[in-house]
Amino acid sequence: MKMKAFFSKLKDIRLNRWQRILLIIVLAGIVISAPYIIEDNYVLHILILCGIYVCLTLSLNLIIGWSGQFSLGHVCFYGMGAYITTLLITQQNMGFFQATLLSTLLTSIFAMLLCLPTLKLRGDYLAVITLGFGEVFRLFLTNAVDLTKGPAGIPNIPDPVLFGFEISSKQAYFYFIAIVVAVFLFFMKRFNNSGFGMAMMVVNEDDIAATALGINVVKYKLWGFVIGGGMAAMIGSFYAVYMGMISPTSFAYAESIKMVSMVVLGGMGSIPGSVLGAVLLTALPEVLRSFSEYRMVVYGALMVIMMIFRPEGIWARSNRMLNEYKIRAFESVKK
Amino acid sequence: MNKIIETKEVTIRFGGLVAVDSVNLVQRRGEVLSLIGPNGAGKTTLFNLLTGVYHCTSGNIFFDYKNITNVKAHERTKLGIARTFQNIRLVKSMTVLENVLIAHPECNREGLLGALFGMGRTAGKRRQVVEECLELLDIVGLKEMEAEMATSLPYGKQRLLEIARGLATKPQLLLLDEPGAGMNGIEKEELTNVIHYITEKMKVTVLIIEHDMKFVMGISDRIIVLDHGQKIAEGKPEEIQTNPRVIEAYLGSGEFKDEEEA
Repeated sequence: MKMKAFFSKLKDIRLNRWQRILLIIVLAGIVISAPYIIEDNYVLHILILCGIYVCLTLSLNLIIGWSGQFSLGHVCFYGMGAYITTLLITQQNMGFFQATLLSTLLTSIFAMLLCLPTLKLRGDYLAVITLGFGEVFRLFLTNAVDLTKGPAGIPNIPDPVLFGFEISSKQAYFYFIAIVVAVFLFFMKRFNNSGFGMAMMVVNEDDIAATALGINVVKYKLWGFVIGGGMAAMIGSFYAVYMGMISPTSFAYAESIKMVSMVVLGGMGSIPGSVLGAVLLTALPEVLRSFSEYRMVVYGALMVIMMIFRPEGIWARSNRMLNEYKIRAFESVKK
Repeated sequence: MNKIIETKEVTIRFGGLVAVDSVNLVQRRGEVLSLIGPNGAGKTTLFNLLTGVYHCTSGNIFFDYKNITNVKAHERTKLGIARTFQNIRLVKSMTVLENVLIAHPECNREGLLGALFGMGRTAGKRRQVVEECLELLDIVGLKEMEAEMATSLPYGKQRLLEIARGLATKPQLLLLDEPGAGMNGIEKEELTNVIHYITEKMKVTVLIIEHDMKFVMGISDRIIVLDHGQKIAEGKPEEIQTNPRVIEAYLGSGEFKDEEEA
């Protein structure tokens, strides 16, 4: 009960414009100074991983939480982005930026093609199909030796050069992913507050009602996969250049499950929830590393506690601020 | 006679069951038409045929003299047919205002690029959309509750909210599926006023399914009675009240039919 009161109190907090700007400045300050304070490269690596998973969770949440399609094959888009970018960089000598753009585009198209035959499926059936796609993709990576070098993977991916800066140190990668996360969050927020995002939410909740309101259900379901897949591909590209080498083991089935757990733990259809879920599930295994035998016990206990107290996720959509369609427009009308 | 909607010999079969059997229906613009009939008569199925949730096995549907038999459901809404549902279908995770917003064509057809990169112009357009939706909420008397979650409203208010949502799609024809179900006397009076406002001030034609006879007789210009998927009577309220076939459909004939005995 106390927890409920705590969350409803959080829900009522509303920041005005200046408070919001101040908050952003403080957060930016923390992020900029972080690499100077944290000298341990290992901690920095974990933070970068957190960033990667925040973006991945956002992209998967767009498919699951907004467009309402339970996808278990997200690793497919993630890996596809990584591999296409890598191949373009190493074999076509393309720049990182152009390669990412192209791989995002190609993955989005692929995501749409994947979505088309599965439009009629829902729930468990869609989950099984997408799970299958993820597995097929991994097998393809392992066996198409000519293209992907098979299980050995592709080593020596050169560091990206962006606007004249070569990004090679951990610090530089940290700033890079921080900017990516900020951009993702910004656009997700805009997406969520738009008529487009709201229409997608309606499709998720009740497609018959959506149709009766003149919303084209098929269009939004497709867009869900296209945007989510494209976002995952971007992060895949980042992952490839950050790690410097990629192999099919990075894109195994367990990775998809991890992302789905992040979405479910954080809260479906919720931006703060995605961030919380991703950070928790990335940092927790690292924190628990010292007593790794008990890690699964802690995981299990956590899941049980969650199911009992907050089955809808830590930061569910119901904890959002009211009136999503541009709060400012709404306030000016109220006056 | 300006016909807003017309069905010609519309039939739909689900397996062996003929749910709607060659029904001819004509509604004039501005007229309040009611569909009544016992449970399972095919009223809601006929609504689903008009709105495109089902497509008819045979027959044709004309809206504003255009053949819309093969037009998809969401496109019919764009043409100007809106509806409410018998089992309320509000979006549970949204507020009262948001539930109306999502029905507004300017809102739910907002482009992705506009949504992501739109600046001043988008904000201006949105402000206008919000204002229009608040006006609609005012009509059904829910303006004060716009910030509440839709599902926290009492049942009767949820039905009114569905009407506001239907109106937000800017329809010419509004189909109300049992709008008075679960309402008390006062709420029904409110509903009557809202329907009068819709038809007279907003010039939206209304087609109603309803079980409350007092309400139907009071509000309708004309009534169509369905039974077992067939139209058994059509006419003014007072004609329907005395029609022997209608009375038989509702109360039974009082004598055994031959086939039932056998």
